[in-house]
Amino acid sequence: MEPARQAILERIRSAHALRSATGRHDSGASYDAISRAYQRAGSLQNTERVELFEHRLKEYDAGVHSASTEKIADAVKEILANRGRRNMVAPSGLPAAWLPEGFTFTLGDGITANDLDHFDGVLTGCTLAIALTGSIVLQSGAGQGPRRLSLIPDYHLCVVLAEQIVETVSEAFDRLGPTATLPTTFISGPSATADIEMTRIKGVHGPRFLDVLIVQDKNRIG
Amino acid sequence: MNTEKNFRGQRHPDFPVAAKELLQDVQLRQNVRHATDVITAKRAHVVDEMQDWQTLRDAGSAVRQNALDHLDRYLTQFEEACIRAGGQVHWAIDAAEANRIAIELVQAHAAKEVIKIKSMTTEEIGLNDALAQVGIHAHETDLAELIIQLGKDKPSHIVAPALHKNRQQVRAIFQREMELPELGDRPEDLTEAARVFLREKFLRIPVAISGANFLVAETGGVCIVESEGNGRMCLTLPRVLIAIAGIEKVIPKFRDLEVFLQTLPRSATGERMNPYNSLWTGVYPGDGPQEFHVILLDNGRSEILGDAEARQTLKCIRCGACQNACPVYRQTGGHAYGSVYAGPIGAILTPQLDRFRQSASLPYASSLCGACYEVCPVKINIPEVLIHLRGQIVREEQETFAGKIGPWNVGMQIAASLFASGDRLALAQYLGRIGQKPFVASSGFIEHLPFQLGGWTQTRDLAPLPAQSFRQWWAQREKTAENSTHTKAGGQS
Amino acid sequence: MRISLFITCYNDTLFPGTGKAVVRVLERLGHSIEFRPEQTCCGQMHWNTGYIREALPIIQHFVNVYRDAEVVCIPSSSCVAMIREHYRKAAIESHDTRFVADVESLLPRVYEFSELLVKKFGVEDVGATFPHKVTYHASCHSLRSLQLGDIPMRLLRQVREIDLVDLPRPDQCCGFGGTFAIKNADVSSAMLADKVCDVRDTGAEVCTAVDNSCLMHLYGSLHRQHFPVRTMHLAEILASEAKTGADR
Repeated sequence: MEPARQAILERIRSAHALRSATGRHDSGASYDAISRAYQRAGSLQNTERVELFEHRLKEYDAGVHSASTEKIADAVKEILANRGRRNMVAPSGLPAAWLPEGFTFTLGDGITANDLDHFDGVLTGCTLAIALTGSIVLQSGAGQGPRRLSLIPDYHLCVVLAEQIVETVSEAFDRLGPTATLPTTFISGPSATADIEMTRIKGVHGPRFLDVLIVQDKNRIG
Repeated sequence: MNTEKNFRGQRHPDFPVAAKELLQDVQLRQNVRHATDVITAKRAHVVDEMQDWQTLRDAGSAVRQNALDHLDRYLTQFEEACIRAGGQVHWAIDAAEANRIAIELVQAHAAKEVIKIKSMTTEEIGLNDALAQVGIHAHETDLAELIIQLGKDKPSHIVAPALHKNRQQVRAIFQREMELPELGDRPEDLTEAARVFLREKFLRIPVAISGANFLVAETGGVCIVESEGNGRMCLTLPRVLIAIAGIEKVIPKFRDLEVFLQTLPRSATGERMNPYNSLWTGVYPGDGPQEFHVILLDNGRSEILGDAEARQTLKCIRCGACQNACPVYRQTGGHAYGSVYAGPIGAILTPQLDRFRQSASLPYASSLCGACYEVCPVKINIPEVLIHLRGQIVREEQETFAGKIGPWNVGMQIAASLFASGDRLALAQYLGRIGQKPFVASSGFIEHLPFQLGGWTQTRDLAPLPAQSFRQWWAQREKTAENSTHTKAGGQS
Repeated sequence: MRISLFITCYNDTLFPGTGKAVVRVLERLGHSIEFRPEQTCCGQMHWNTGYIREALPIIQHFVNVYRDAEVVCIPSSSCVAMIREHYRKAAIESHDTRFVADVESLLPRVYEFSELLVKKFGVEDVGATFPHKVTYHASCHSLRSLQLGDIPMRLLRQVREIDLVDLPRPDQCCGFGGTFAIKNADVSSAMLADKVCDVRDTGAEVCTAVDNSCLMHLYGSLHRQHFPVRTMHLAEILASEAKTGADR
């Protein structure tokens, strides 16, 4: 290995020793003893959680829509028609039942970034969503595709099942734990910047338009 | 160790001198004031709604402290996991070494251009200049960094480096540099221009260089937090990705992100969540760069670790909230600090990184009002560290002859001896009443003071010492009371 | 209860009226006051400027003077903050166990003036009358170190005939900061200019605070610019009774 590695590690260790020697070893809690008194578990009922998620999304200026399981394709059709997006790209593993007639859905996994630039938009699912922060979380894989898929097209329609919505960020990390090493993207609203006069402006390099379709079956919620 | 070169070569004037000049720039002050007002209000809104904010701060502080306590272990753990996942890990003692490694990696792919994500660490090591010297052009892709780069300016804020520019100034830069004479000045026009300008580069250039917000020891994962999607472009489209991260950026476990991904966005941009957080581990087949390097940079950090008082500086997660809250920063903006890291965090970090070489005035660039500590999401007691560093500066000064006979040291030694007893203080008060006479103007106030004290009377009058000190009044009262007890009469003053 | 007054070095020298007012208020409430003439300074100026070694004997002196005091009352939030935030560390660094023990035992007996009235004595109405338009400037130390919250305002609200007006941006530092005002005179003055504008815009006749250091700084500019606003320590307003005004 490079000599720098050894040198840096030695410096760190002698710094620790120096602090111990001066009697000012201000070490904190051991890892397991760290107090996590913040709110880890959510407290909202299902309906409230979905409402909170919708509310947060709207604050980011994302489009929010809802449908029952049987009506996903109809809802997708209506949303895309309203947005005027026909030539869509989609990842492998997306349920065929989500795709309406009358639109092109090209399988996007193997398409290069350059070619992705010519599509009207992308339709994906997600791994989970966080109500408190209005975030959708995508991970590389079935129904969500490689990361470039939801990045290059200017429009992203994401289907979120109600049971994928957690309330808190901690709950999200509990669920993500087993797949922690997959490429993961938290998306909270359309691409934006606050670099000019600290005002959030929609749309820079990522998709400038984000629609979220929340799927819930009223009879199953309660 | 040669850290002098790390800090961008040219000598910068001391803070009071640089500040004096910048305070004349009305436009700059308006821009900084507006931006910091907006961001502090947004932050307050999304922080106040969090009932568990203080416990999140506590947890964030404890996790960062734990990371520093066992930094060697967590770094090697990160290294091992990252390599296992197909990444390559390099270690750099200083800026020169980090730059050399980065240049070699870029040259190995014969690239003449790279795309970059905003990274204060690469600013710290002067990477762009180092690349330019060997003929490699680095394209900044963050909007603010693009504004800085095209405007041949310097960043003035950790999170929003171009906060000192308003939309008209940005338009002027873009009109000139992108050759768009018709460009409007609505923020939407400006972002559209940046989108078009950079998209071609994202799709073409095969090497990207980033910083890192967090390195996860447990998984070997890297996390980058951003808004615009330029980060995602750089992290996913090129064939090669090089992330340069300070060694302090490591956190123990994946789940620790649940704390920082709550506190960082709310503190930094006043949002519940910033638009994009990217997390990846090594190389993943079919998704993203197939060659991934991490350069772990020391550059003075391990030395800071040895200072029990000051090492809390390294807990910083670069949210910039202290800058927005700082009444000094709000007056001067970031350039007065002459450092990549401006504001309160810069005032403690820079002097430690460069061992006071060019930054001994920075720990004094604070009124110790405590606003920075109050907003810090990892509870760095910045005022405490400022005082600690001032102590180091004073001790170093006192070791030189000039410092010893300098007005500050002499004045402080005299004052200290006067405070040794009540009698001495009383004597000083007596002498002060006599000594002040030549300075009292016809208005009855002191309008000009000599030497260092002239700073006070530059904008303020000073009431002279009153004829009687409190202790004299009290002594007199006691005496009167004693007399009246003797004569058995009541009453008091 | 016997209250020991630590007047502070600069109030002693420059603002004896504040000390007199503190005595008047506390005596009016039936307390007896003592003044230990050996007292000097809390060490804040030296400590905050980095003269740590020089501050230590001053701190030690303070602790020696007040070791056996029942309650120490200090009409200066920054001096109380100095004592609460830094004395422990100073004592630990001295490696003198007696010093450490003395500091630990003394700390709970040290009170800022308004804090003593409201927190310790539970008094908000001290029987004051002050027929003037007043605005309150919250010093940074009162706000962030001592966490006084609305304690000073609660005292002011009980003052008869007072016309209280809010000072906008109450969390913004006035720019004093001890030697900061001299070492960074230009930035300090810029901060001061903003604060003076805010004070002036309230239309208040009097600006008050629990720290004469901020007030000295503010008044220095108000006087220079001939703005007809007086500055008065909170104690001086609370000491005022009908038809008598406390004077600086």
